[in-house]
Amino acid sequence: MFDYETLKIIWWAFVGVLLIGFALMDGFDFGVGTLLPFVAKTDVERRIMINTIGPTWEGNQTWFITAGGALFAAWPLAYAAAFSGFYVALMILLFSLFLRPVGFDYRSKIADTRWRSTWDWALFVGGFVPPLIFGVAFGNLLLGVPFHYDDTMRLEYLGGFLDLLNPFGLLSGVLSVAMLSMHGAAFLRTKTDGVVAQRAGIALMISAMVMMFMFAAAGVWVAFGIDGYRILTMPDANSAFMPVVKTVERLRGGWMDNYARWPLMWALPIAGFAGALLSMLFTLRQRAVAAFMGSSLAVSSVILTAGASMFPFVMPSSLDPNSSLTAWDVVASHKSLGIMFWVVVIFLPLIIVYTGWIYRVMRGKVDAAHIAANEHSAY
Amino acid sequence: MAPIEEVVNLSRLQFAATAMYHFLFVPLTLGLSWVLVIMESVYVMTGREIYRDMTKFWGKLFAINFAMGVTTGITLEFQFGTNWSYYSHYVGDIFGTPLAIEGMMAFFLESSFVGLMFFGWNRLSKPAHLGVTFLVALGSNLSALWILIANGWMNNPVGAEFNFETMRMELVSMTEVIFNPVAQVKFVHTVASGYVAASMFVLGVSSYYLLKARDTAFALRSFAIAAAFGLASTLSVIVLGDESGYTAGEVNKVKLASIEAEWETEPAPAAFTVIGLPNDKEERTDYAVKIPYMMGLIATRSTDTQVTGIKDLKAQNRERIIRGMAAYAALTRLKSGDKSPEARAAFNELKSDLGYGLLLKKYTATVIDATPEQITKASNDSIPKVLPLFLGFRLMVGLGVLFLFIFATSFYFLIRRRLAKKRWLLKLALFSIPLPWVAIETGWIVAEYGRQPWTISGVLPTHLSASTLQVNDLYFSLAGFMGFYTLLLVVELYLMFKYARLGPSSLHTGKYHFEQPGKQISSDSPGSLGSLGSLGSP
Ligand code: HDD
Ligand code: HEM
Ligand code: HEM
Repeated sequence: MFDYETLKIIWWAFVGVLLIGFALMDGFDFGVGTLLPFVAKTDVERRIMINTIGPTWEGNQTWFITAGGALFAAWPLAYAAAFSGFYVALMILLFSLFLRPVGFDYRSKIADTRWRSTWDWALFVGGFVPPLIFGVAFGNLLLGVPFHYDDTMRLEYLGGFLDLLNPFGLLSGVLSVAMLSMHGAAFLRTKTDGVVAQRAGIALMISAMVMMFMFAAAGVWVAFGIDGYRILTMPDANSAFMPVVKTVERLRGGWMDNYARWPLMWALPIAGFAGALLSMLFTLRQRAVAAFMGSSLAVSSVILTAGASMFPFVMPSSLDPNSSLTAWDVVASHKSLGIMFWVVVIFLPLIIVYTGWIYRVMRGKVDAAHIAANEHSAY
Repeated sequence: MAPIEEVVNLSRLQFAATAMYHFLFVPLTLGLSWVLVIMESVYVMTGREIYRDMTKFWGKLFAINFAMGVTTGITLEFQFGTNWSYYSHYVGDIFGTPLAIEGMMAFFLESSFVGLMFFGWNRLSKPAHLGVTFLVALGSNLSALWILIANGWMNNPVGAEFNFETMRMELVSMTEVIFNPVAQVKFVHTVASGYVAASMFVLGVSSYYLLKARDTAFALRSFAIAAAFGLASTLSVIVLGDESGYTAGEVNKVKLASIEAEWETEPAPAAFTVIGLPNDKEERTDYAVKIPYMMGLIATRSTDTQVTGIKDLKAQNRERIIRGMAAYAALTRLKSGDKSPEARAAFNELKSDLGYGLLLKKYTATVIDATPEQITKASNDSIPKVLPLFLGFRLMVGLGVLFLFIFATSFYFLIRRRLAKKRWLLKLALFSIPLPWVAIETGWIVAEYGRQPWTISGVLPTHLSASTLQVNDLYFSLAGFMGFYTLLLVVELYLMFKYARLGPSSLHTGKYHFEQPGKQISSDSPGSLGSLGSLGSP
């Protein structure tokens, strides 16, 4: 139906959609987890926070799982390279994700202070560590990752976990945590009243400012401080080929190429700042839903900025630039991409529809009276 | 460079351990979700509150288990990439698709609606809530379907072909992958085994209340549903298990011969070894007790088709390894740039044995220069160890027969209303709760270990599939998984026991045992225990 090259581009967009879906939906759950110790002071307040996301966080996490599955099917080379390359980081990510399903469900099952505060810490770690790792990983993608392929296409990664913790990686990590805290705070304000909403408002202001600052710093750094990558020669994009057959160069400021080619792309980083500013503004005006829209705009635009600056690269190799993975060579076969295209086109809208319905059924604010009335069934 | 043996072994250990942890929780989700649908359907049809309480109470236990199912499942979704990256590169084009479909079609369904199932009781009409419960059950069972299509493909890689341009297997026919006979029998056998586990769980816990003469009206109704559902599921598991054996006999002769410890090809129809002690070194079975003709009938469903023995299979594999070397040579020629029609034809002719050539990579990186000793070693590798397969299979089948007995007698005495006097049966049901898990884990070991030395039968050897990782990283991850999972499992079991002991009183409706004045005295009269006739409204 579509030719191979078109499908490759469509799949670059789909991966972006899934990642943004994940960041928007699971993002505020992470944010709420991160803010748990700061915004809530009593057990009832903590239960209010947890129950704002209680009925829906599980579906939100599925964006992550599905993005993993879709990556496997559509970009098998990226799935293989990224997860084995960032092995230790991914393990830490998984360990911290383990704490959420059990934390949400088990915390309320026993009314003991030690038991509950242990799970509160677990939920905090489960909310704080994943965005940090995602951010650090994204930062390192921009820097390039030390891997190469041998003649049987076996991948070798020459780097360790500590190498990921370089200044640029850490900056991206902080950016990601601040961004999702803002998003979580914005969500909290749509679901709560009173003192919880008030403290969430303060948290939103602080994290939005940190986010804007970090985003600006990262932008300057990308433009002047780090190397980007550029394809020199490659086979026809409409054909199937292995990453190693193209030639790639590394150059300072290479990630600005796309902005020169498509000036409209400047809209993306601008929207990132604008979203955060709007979110702050609407929070001051007590318009919680609009503030949440603002933070959603900021989150999507920041991710799109990173992705679009790198396009068509998805995982550049600092060790052997020719081995870099791009949207042209990271993909599955033409046939698989075509089948997966239809899977997404059919199921994604369905998912969005029923998720919307679920949020509608569970609409309304969570407050102390709600917790008291559901003492034994709420989280 | 292929990963060193220690990395491969640690990766195998880690995959096996994490998958087996995952499968401690999966069966209960698969089965209990339908039990909840049954209970809630009765509630919607009759309007009797006790059925709503049953749905809610067993739902609480479902939730405790479900959380761990998700916790352990996340790992598996990413572990193909982390630890089996060459595998992911080599077969991701085919294998990734069912996993992605599973996410979009199944995980989203179950995970999105599960929250509504717990929190939506007062916000939805009765039929709408039942619909939500149904979607959770449907979602979890669909997820089993897609993952088992993926797993079935590993055992019987149909609908795919090797592409030398990209150095990987590529999809040729999605229909063949989906309608793979191995996947079909695996799906039905595995989900039915989950239904057995859930039935035994409900049956055993209900028996506990009956033994304690607590909340008997509640317990009897739960017992009845479990007995009926369990009986049907056990029958299916046994019939479909036989189907699994038959399909294994058709597509995976090595696995079948190993399960049966059939060393020599016997004249048809072969005898079935009921029990014995396979001796891998000497290639024979000590103390064997055999039933003539049985195996020929099970495996081939005929009296005149032969079942090939292990020694002959090994000799056949040796031939394929030698052809595999030629395939590898032809591939090397293509990759070095000679893409002439002759070079392509030469490779196409041999490529079905390329995987066998790769078995040699364990001994020589270049494959084509393998010595006869190395070829012998590789052909010895091509057969899994017989002992664990032989004994594991018999354990599973033995337990299946026991379950049939338990469910059949439970059902019988239930409808004869003589359950109260059969305390031995109630105790047996209670103490049998862990046994389905034993059968299930054993079944997986038989299925997965029996596939060795391949991750993809005949296509990709296990030792090549692993990622090239540092040994220390693997110790780190292995320790993390074992530490976290064991800790969380202890917590989970603690909560399970606590809530199972508490029973429906945990719902705080004010109607059940521990909420009555004087606690110890049951609100139900013990006399009502044996009689379905007194199952009026509580
Ligand atoms: C026969 C059934 C079956 C098998 C063989 C597997 N799973 Fe599983 N999995 C389920 C049946 C299931 C389930 C019943 O649908 C679970 C268990 C509890 C639950 O929450 O859903 C689940 C949960 C679950 C989750 C969490 C989903 C969520 O958030 O709802 C993931 C990511 C996986 N699994 C992934 C895997 C992978 C990658 C497997 C292959 C190695 C695997 N599972 C084997
Ligand atoms: C959840 C139930 C499962 C259990 C309990 C299970 C168990 C095991 C065990 C015991 C091994 C180790 C075999 C060995 O190395 O000797 C293994 C390996 C493996 N299994 Fe499974 N398995 C399960 C499901 C699956 C599924 C559904 C898939 C694929 C879709 C799968 C893919 C693999 C892979 C890739 C390996 C590693 C390579 C290998 O050793 O063969 N498993 N599994
Ligand atoms: C009673 C007769 C039974 C027979 C003849 C039987 C047969 C089989 C066979 C041949 C396999 C291997 C399939 C393969 O490797 O492809 C298998 C696997 C398995 N069995 Fe059984 N089985 C029986 C009972 C049970 C019971 C009672 C349970 C659990 C309640 C169970 C759970 C499993 C599981 C989970 C697997 C692994 C998944 C699979 O490969 O299908 N089986 N069984």
